[in-house]
Amino acid sequence: MALTRDDVEKVSLLARLQLTDDELNSMTEHLSQIIQYVHQLDEINTDDVAPLAHTLDITNVLADDVVADCLSREAALQNAPQRDEECFRVPAVL
Amino acid sequence: MSIISKSATQQREMLRTGELTSVELTTAYLEQIKSRESAVKAFVHLDEQQALDAAQQIDTRRAAGEPLGDLAGIPVAVKDNLCSEGVPTTCASKILSGFIPPYDATVVAKLKTADAILIGRTNMDEFAMGSSTENSSIQVTSNPWNLQCIPGGSSGGSAACIAAGFAPLALGSDTGGSIRQPAALCGIVGLKPSYGRVSRYGLVAFASSLDQIGPMTGNVEDAALLLQVLAGHDSHDSTSADVTVDGYVENVTQPLSGLTLGVVDEHYGDGLEAEIKSSVEEAIRVYESLGATIKHIEMPHASYGIATYYIIAPCEASSNLARFDGAHYGHRADPSTSDQTSTSEDALTRMYRSSRAAGFGDEVKRRIMLGTYALSEGYYDAFYLKALKVRRLIRQDYDNAFKDVDLLIGPVTACSAFKQGEKTADPMAMYMEDLFTVTANLAGVAGISIPCGLTDAGLPIGVQLQSAPFQEDKLLRAAYMFQHATDWHQRRPEF
Amino acid sequence: MSSPETQPMGGTPYAVVVGLEVHVQLKTNTKLFCRCPTTFGQPPNTQTCPVCLGLPGSLPVMNRHAFELSMKTALALNCTIPYFTKWDRKNYFYPDLPKGYQTSQFDLPMSEHGHLNIFSENDEFADKQIRILRAHLEEDAGKSMHDEAAGVADSRIDLNRTGTPLLEIVSEPDMRSAAEAKAYLQELRLILLYLGVSDCNMQEGSLRCDANVNLHIDTPAGTIATPIVEIKNMNSFRAVQRGIEFEVGRQYTLWQKDKQVLGDMPKQTRGWDEGAQVTRAQREKEESSDYRYFPCPDLVPVVVTDEEIQAMQQQIGTLPASLRKQLLDDHQLTAHTSAVIVNQGLGFADYFLALATAIDDSRLAGNWMQGEVLRILNEQEQTIQQFKLSAAELGELLKFIQSGDLDNSKAKDVFAVMIESGQSAADVMAELGIEKVDSSQLEELCQRLVDNNPKIVADVQSGNPKAVGALIGQARKENSNVDPGQVRQICLALIEKL
Ligand SMILES: [Mg+2]
Ligand SMILES: [Zn+2]
Repeated sequence: MALTRDDVEKVSLLARLQLTDDELNSMTEHLSQIIQYVHQLDEINTDDVAPLAHTLDITNVLADDVVADCLSREAALQNAPQRDEECFRVPAVL
Repeated sequence: MSIISKSATQQREMLRTGELTSVELTTAYLEQIKSRESAVKAFVHLDEQQALDAAQQIDTRRAAGEPLGDLAGIPVAVKDNLCSEGVPTTCASKILSGFIPPYDATVVAKLKTADAILIGRTNMDEFAMGSSTENSSIQVTSNPWNLQCIPGGSSGGSAACIAAGFAPLALGSDTGGSIRQPAALCGIVGLKPSYGRVSRYGLVAFASSLDQIGPMTGNVEDAALLLQVLAGHDSHDSTSADVTVDGYVENVTQPLSGLTLGVVDEHYGDGLEAEIKSSVEEAIRVYESLGATIKHIEMPHASYGIATYYIIAPCEASSNLARFDGAHYGHRADPSTSDQTSTSEDALTRMYRSSRAAGFGDEVKRRIMLGTYALSEGYYDAFYLKALKVRRLIRQDYDNAFKDVDLLIGPVTACSAFKQGEKTADPMAMYMEDLFTVTANLAGVAGISIPCGLTDAGLPIGVQLQSAPFQEDKLLRAAYMFQHATDWHQRRPEF
Repeated sequence: MSSPETQPMGGTPYAVVVGLEVHVQLKTNTKLFCRCPTTFGQPPNTQTCPVCLGLPGSLPVMNRHAFELSMKTALALNCTIPYFTKWDRKNYFYPDLPKGYQTSQFDLPMSEHGHLNIFSENDEFADKQIRILRAHLEEDAGKSMHDEAAGVADSRIDLNRTGTPLLEIVSEPDMRSAAEAKAYLQELRLILLYLGVSDCNMQEGSLRCDANVNLHIDTPAGTIATPIVEIKNMNSFRAVQRGIEFEVGRQYTLWQKDKQVLGDMPKQTRGWDEGAQVTRAQREKEESSDYRYFPCPDLVPVVVTDEEIQAMQQQIGTLPASLRKQLLDDHQLTAHTSAVIVNQGLGFADYFLALATAIDDSRLAGNWMQGEVLRILNEQEQTIQQFKLSAAELGELLKFIQSGDLDNSKAKDVFAVMIESGQSAADVMAELGIEKVDSSQLEELCQRLVDNNPKIVADVQSGNPKAVGALIGQARKENSNVDPGQVRQICLALIEKL
């Protein structure tokens, strides 16, 4: 399962990163190294092992349906790179 | 003896008795910062005037006999990945330059309620990804013990801050070792609480199932003092545990009798520096002399910690960092200057890709790419799912170990602080820094690093104690026993 | 009728295969993962907080009520509720999705394997069962609006709706026509309204429907399936029906040309263009389907016990299908009247039941509900909850019909005044001078008319009972309160005795 430069380019679109030619090359090399390293997990038989996504064994954390304060519109928009009086602005969503 | 060489616990007492004012204390730290910060570069943002104003207020309130919080008048430095209303929060990333959160992280709110003086924001590896604080887009922090060396990371700014006497207390965050490793390399105390012990609300997420906020301090009693303020259930964090918070401050000086410590033989492999090995062995002997029993135990999956971690953490990170896309906050690249190589893409995709390309540093990009790849179609089972299964085996290793012993003892790092630039070209070498620390995050257990020696080159060495989940009380008491019997925690760098 | 086949003129027979994905906005006070309100139509970006803005560091906490409402719905749809359910992240970049992922459910949804029976008044679908694959809880995205006025390529983003709880209900591909699909959606909507879990307003987007459509075509080489197309942007029941009908025709025509079958190309998404009444291909990104689902580390699973499921089952109350059966079997209403009442919703049905009980006459109650009451509600754009008269008050009026004190047309006049003034039936009748004519007085009047109109009497006697109408007219002229029916009855009896 060698990682190719092509794979890396595809992943860079999924991740919404624009990589330069140089970056694509070094990324391919570094990711390949890491992936090769993590393949050591294949040594372990995990057939009967359940995955562990949460180390805390807690369930049903549910909040009451009671309205709390919102941010003011000004606070909501204060960090927007581009905005108008009411909304965030972004390049056209087609 | 200068006031800044005293512990926060002592300062607190002096403030209470009126022997010291918060303005005096805060001024003393600000003066130390003024004279040394240019060499260390621990802070990315200093709130000098606000700190003095707040100190003045505390003094006034104290004089008026008002009831005050548990950290009243004591300066605290905060890692730059914890949101503080109205204060820039950048995670040392260009993508968050200029970002001002409209809300407080729960721990920041708790510090405010405790009447602490928030003096500034500390440097870190970008988004807490790194082990040297060199992955900061703002500056490289130096280790006060040797300015050519790194302070460790990612909470290197907080660690250096304590070592350099810029503040008595600091907050760090630890996803794979980011509190304990810099604490060890800077000769201070760093505690990573059990997962769920401290609310993550307002901590800019790196890997949500691993991240924990914890105290970084000059000594064990101060760690107890700060943890007492931070710990506890928070209804804003679904992964915050509703488990009783013990009286850390009250109990910390009480020695534990009949203590059994586990030594993991897998920790003493080839990579371990001889000086570290002998210092940790010496620490074990100290515990024996204090009546502890030592047991050798096996953690058969511990050596897979790094591989497991470098799947789970990047997967979660790739998703957690998707929100930094230039749409609602943070850096947006000017589309006219962005790379036009893929002209077939729509303006929105170009905006996303160029903003993220310009905003993130190399290591962050690497982990986003790795996580995106590992979660993508056809690879999920081989990487992510596999790692979650090994994660359970690692947790089982701990569960088994804690049936036999109270705490585990071992090294924090394989090497002492290295030279700046030494490992920047080799990601894998850098990742190995977390070898002895990541398993605690994967399993959700607590760990503490305490100073236990100096190398011949004069660089600090730390020893790590780990406890079963929610046994921070035991961890702190055991750490204090060692500290009480030694004087490593009193060493401070001359610089 | 499980698979009606269509025989195109001179063409190959095919079956239409439709599955629907319905997104329902749950009627909670607050959002799924934060406590911002979910009020519709507020000024842009005034209902947000760090959580639903996706600000760095913010964390979600699940809304208990949203979970309860989705469980109630799932049970009403005959779904199984697993004991363990968890939340996953669906990762994709879009400016109305500030976190860069939607928190949804992937492999362990909170309910699965249900069904509902579709219905039509004329029994067109013979109570056909449509299976439900799953129903899962997820968060809504915000709104993006293309800014035409600016004349530049710019979109405006409003995050008020971001994080509103949605229940996504996915059917099996069990529908065999556009009409069946529409009937499914209508029955589903009715169930949701009866449960009170959603406003189900398609215009406001609280009920949204996407359709997956393809054809199974018989060919000499066996049955083939055309590529599946997902139709979006259908904002009314009519649009759902028309969109599917259009797509069926388009796919058949296309298949005749290109012979493409399922698997030859990825699933296509087409948008319904209401103006042009056609579906149009939507722009697609090649990697758009790789959502990189994984368990959300910020949320913990929910476990449900048998006791909780049973307790929720108790709260379901009347559903449209059982009510329909009740109206037909117990109340002997016509299929049409019963359908009208059921479709008006639970409040209307409850009103009917109260009225029928009050006057002990389901037919009369049904006719008035379907006629006068519904007319007034439509005219005044009211719901039954806003209706001026209680079932008891209306019942008083109808009792005057039953006792013969009022004929139907007079009753309507009285009803109109009651609606206007809010007075009781008896008060309105007194005010209008309508009173019951004493029976001896009536007999006397009729006797006088029979005596004074020998020609009319002769007409009746010669076998033309309609001629008695003239006597009724004269009686009303003398006393407007007489009941025409009674006059007819008495006069005919008197003539017969002659
Ligand atoms: Mg959905
Ligand atoms: Zn909100």
